[in-house]
Amino acid sequence: MTEMILRDAVAKALREALDTDDRTFLMGEDIGAYGGPYAVTRGFLEDYGEDRIRDTPIAEAVFVGAGAGAAMIGMRPIVEVMTINFSLVAIDQIVNHAAKLSYMSDGQLSVPLIIRTVTGGGGQLAATHSQSFENWYASVPGLRVVVPATPQDALGLFRTCRKDNNPIIFAEHSLLYRVRGEVPDEYYEIPLGKARIARPGDDVTIVSYSGMVRVAEEAAEKLDELGISAEVIDLRTLSPLDLDTVVESVKKTNRAVVVEETWKTGGFSGTIASNIQEVAFDELDGPVLRINGPDVPAPYARNIEQAMIPSADWIVESVTYNFGL
Amino acid sequence: MAEQTGNHENGAFERAVRTAAESGTDKPMVSNTKSNKQAPVVDEKPTDSPDLLSMYRRMVLCRALDERIWMLNRQGKAAIMASSQGHEAGQIGSVEALKKGYDQFYIYYRDLAVLLELGLTPTEIIKGFVAKEGEPLSGARQFPTHGAHPEYGIINLSNVVATHIPQGVGAALSAKMKGEDRVVIIYFGDGASSAGDCHEAMNFAAIHKLPVIFFCENNKYAISVPLKNQMAVDSVASRAEGYGMPGIEVDGCDITAVYEATFEAAQRARSGQGPSLIEAQVERYLPHTSDDDDSIYRPPEEIEEAKKRDPLQMLKDLLYSSDTLDEEQEDLINKDARQIVNEATEEAENAPYPATNDFYKHVVGDNPA
Ligand SMILES: Cc1ncc(C[n+]2csc(CCOP(=O)(O)OP(=O)(O)O)c2C)c(N)n1
Ligand SMILES: [Mg+2]
Repeated sequence: MTEMILRDAVAKALREALDTDDRTFLMGEDIGAYGGPYAVTRGFLEDYGEDRIRDTPIAEAVFVGAGAGAAMIGMRPIVEVMTINFSLVAIDQIVNHAAKLSYMSDGQLSVPLIIRTVTGGGGQLAATHSQSFENWYASVPGLRVVVPATPQDALGLFRTCRKDNNPIIFAEHSLLYRVRGEVPDEYYEIPLGKARIARPGDDVTIVSYSGMVRVAEEAAEKLDELGISAEVIDLRTLSPLDLDTVVESVKKTNRAVVVEETWKTGGFSGTIASNIQEVAFDELDGPVLRINGPDVPAPYARNIEQAMIPSADWIVESVTYNFGL
Repeated sequence: MAEQTGNHENGAFERAVRTAAESGTDKPMVSNTKSNKQAPVVDEKPTDSPDLLSMYRRMVLCRALDERIWMLNRQGKAAIMASSQGHEAGQIGSVEALKKGYDQFYIYYRDLAVLLELGLTPTEIIKGFVAKEGEPLSGARQFPTHGAHPEYGIINLSNVVATHIPQGVGAALSAKMKGEDRVVIIYFGDGASSAGDCHEAMNFAAIHKLPVIFFCENNKYAISVPLKNQMAVDSVASRAEGYGMPGIEVDGCDITAVYEATFEAAQRARSGQGPSLIEAQVERYLPHTSDDDDSIYRPPEEIEEAKKRDPLQMLKDLLYSSDTLDEEQEDLINKDARQIVNEATEEAENAPYPATNDFYKHVVGDNPA
């Protein structure tokens, strides 16, 4: 095992891709000399050259669309959209095209394009720079949505993504880049569609993904002090979705809370909650709770922003209040 | 509380909000109406020969304010800052050529001098950076310098690059349809000129002969990406021909050159001859934002070279050479600027943070058009 931060795990995954597959190249804003806005590709330009590490103009539609175009003709490009907010500039290419080309060509074409992007709020970057749209993308058939929460998962999931033949949104939460974790030295992969039990427990299941996994873990610790044993599940990928692990857990705990950073209306927590109720209604001792950010654009002022992001205290309060624990 | 969402009030967030509201511990947010703002002064006709000394004084103030905000960031008090240093002549010279309080200004994050020129006070601007109550553009909700001040004609809503360019074009379309002789100036960087929104907006404005000035502040970098990786031509203005409008390259560090180019473009726009594209060649002296480290991609000699064209120095030289400024006056101007900025900093820092009991306010619009 080697300890590393999530940023280095992603960099390692990208280097493996560039080292082992000459069809792979990177495109994005400021990924060259600058080494990436979040420093993931530092040193890449020197090591791989301008041909494979391409700085782009500020034109997301073209570099995502061109990525899809190259992918369907035999390349394995990886594009970096600086943040998921700007992916909206390219959403036509992603949703109307990349996601559907396999279907629309009756399987003759596939689009093995990895779209790496940064998601989440909490950095005082306000309304148009703090959003998370993983839930939107997860609703689109043909797209895969990968949301790692640990360095080990980031590397293992990315390795699997490279072998997948579909367009993939690989969303890295900006506040996770410095998170440390153990990463195995021997080669491993983590399949898409297999959730992780981040912490075992018996009384309540807390389901989350990406940046919220840490918050859920923190809540589980606080609940532990109150004598409540919480099981924390990290979904790892929203599409494909591993419902089995969630349902198995709920069968044991009989209570579920889904925690998600983005807005409640239309949140992925709704998908999880309704699925649990559909297949495990008789196992439940109470309603499936959803804890999301309020339906408000992210504010700049730190005090307001912090008050709006789901916290461990919200989870603890909700669990004790609603389940009478 | 959550009427616009249809969500239950069964969550921890909603309960916390209700408890705070009921206990009255949290005072209400300052009203977001603009009643506390002074009425703008409408410049009916910009003068043909601008007062250079006055412009110098304003540029000194802008530079001092810019330096102060950068420092506030370094002290951990302002989350993020995009400096205007090296862009000031482009910004001040262009505003001077337009009608304040009448024309409309679709600006972007680097346009600190435009905000000052149009009437925002240094205190109001600093409040935006340190996120304090009473911040006039967005109530400290949006990025610093972002938001709107319709009385001043300021619209700067988004920092998704280039998205304001089509919106400015829409404002010009509305002016034209209403038969007003209002001009809309849209500021953006060289980087933004690559965005689809920019190309589409220029084409549209040219087709409809809209009263727009596309004002590109070309500092030769989009964060770290140099011009050569952004476009295959060496001039943004050269693209104008392809859209069917005049393209003007101007030394953006030379305030009189900027003034003249903008004045002419404004006359064209006002008299129904349609849009123009001005490319002001400016310099960026500091990193892209306070989050950036430009030493990774920019040789220090290049910045030293760029400083030889410092717009502040160029204007000062001009004033000295015409005997309009002497050392005593220069010292006084500098002292004044420092004092204004010191007082503004103190006032902004002493202001309270916005209250946290009206999260949903204005999420759904209630302002009659
Ligand atoms: C659509 C979109 N893509 C990327 C970004 C990130 N970004 C913010 S500013 C910027 C560079 C803009 O450069 P330019 O237009 O030249 O303006 P300058 O900052 O140089 O004044 C980039 C890439 C963004 N805000 N929006
Ligand atoms: Mg630029």
